Amino acid sequence: MINNPLIEYTLHLADNALVLGHRNSEWTGHGPVLEQDIAISNIALDLVGQARYFYQYAAELMGGGATEDSLAFLRDCRQYKNCLLVEQPNGDWARTVLRQFLFSAHQHLLFSELTAGKEPRLAAICEKALKEVTYHLRWSGEWVIRLGDGTEESHRRMLQAIEDLWEYTSELTLPSQCEVNLEHAGVIADSGRLRECWNKKVQELLDEATLPYPGPGSKLSLRWSGKEGLHSEHLGYLLAEMQFLQRAYPESRW
Amino acid sequence: MSTDNEHTGQEKSPAPGAKPQGDWPLWEVFIRNKQGLDHKHAGSLHAADAQMAIENARDVYTRRMEGVSIWVVESRHIHASSAEESGSLFDPANDKVYRHPTFYELPEELKYM
Repeated sequence: MINNPLIEYTLHLADNALVLGHRNSEWTGHGPVLEQDIAISNIALDLVGQARYFYQYAAELMGGGATEDSLAFLRDCRQYKNCLLVEQPNGDWARTVLRQFLFSAHQHLLFSELTAGKEPRLAAICEKALKEVTYHLRWSGEWVIRLGDGTEESHRRMLQAIEDLWEYTSELTLPSQCEVNLEHAGVIADSGRLRECWNKKVQELLDEATLPYPGPGSKLSLRWSGKEGLHSEHLGYLLAEMQFLQRAYPESRW
Repeated sequence: MSTDNEHTGQEKSPAPGAKPQGDWPLWEVFIRNKQGLDHKHAGSLHAADAQMAIENARDVYTRRMEGVSIWVVESRHIHASSAEESGSLFDPANDKVYRHPTFYELPEELKYM
């Protein structure tokens, strides 16, 4: 369908942000305490904002009447290119903050690279987003430490969260076909190096949180990849909820 | 990355996270806005430690660009004068006009001092 690797990659960046933004927004009104309800909602807003910039760029590149809205609301699971980590259900607060930390650590490294990279529009978007992502990383990292090195219950929940989410982490830095193409063309950075940095950063923080570092790829290898449109069962439900309004009442506006 | 500095520079109390939510102290938040010279009281919140209090204050009290600097102080460290004392503390100053610098006439050049 889309044989332009830049378009596919931009959609991947957009879909990551939108799906995680949507997941975080599910906490709104249900946060454990007021300030954290606001914090996670702010992060959701930041991510949706990033998604918009990426979708707008992808729409421009695609032409043919594509818009940020048509890309967000009218594509189905098979066309979504987000990684599997971001579509996992929120679970408890431990799982949510760990998911955020694992993702933000990756996003921070990736956006730093892209900001200095050869693709000017992606560089501009990432430069703008980098300050937000820095905050997401700080906020989520500190929560992982607080809960990991916390009470017996919080520690137990963090262990469970690691167990639930770790298998999805290798996909973050496992390049899809379009990423391989872009790496060869020198448009994006080498994923191997990103993986090294990510492993190091995550291991340091988990140590500080008195949590075990499972090591790279020590869980089951992924038999499928969200980046290629092969998703877990969760994405279908997520998109159904997110897209219902636009599909039932097309072109509806506030 | 800034987060590295946060972790190495962070002062560590024993088991920083080990406070169950019931034990989170109350903090008073003071925010200085971009044009301001002083921090103004913006509200209060509960947090487990100073880092968290600052982040909560950032999330709750600066999301509409209300400020560029945050101070947080545990409420127990703030000592206030009591309402019953206000008579003896403040009323005497009311009729002591000689304490105000209003009788000196400024020269023309310093008019807008």
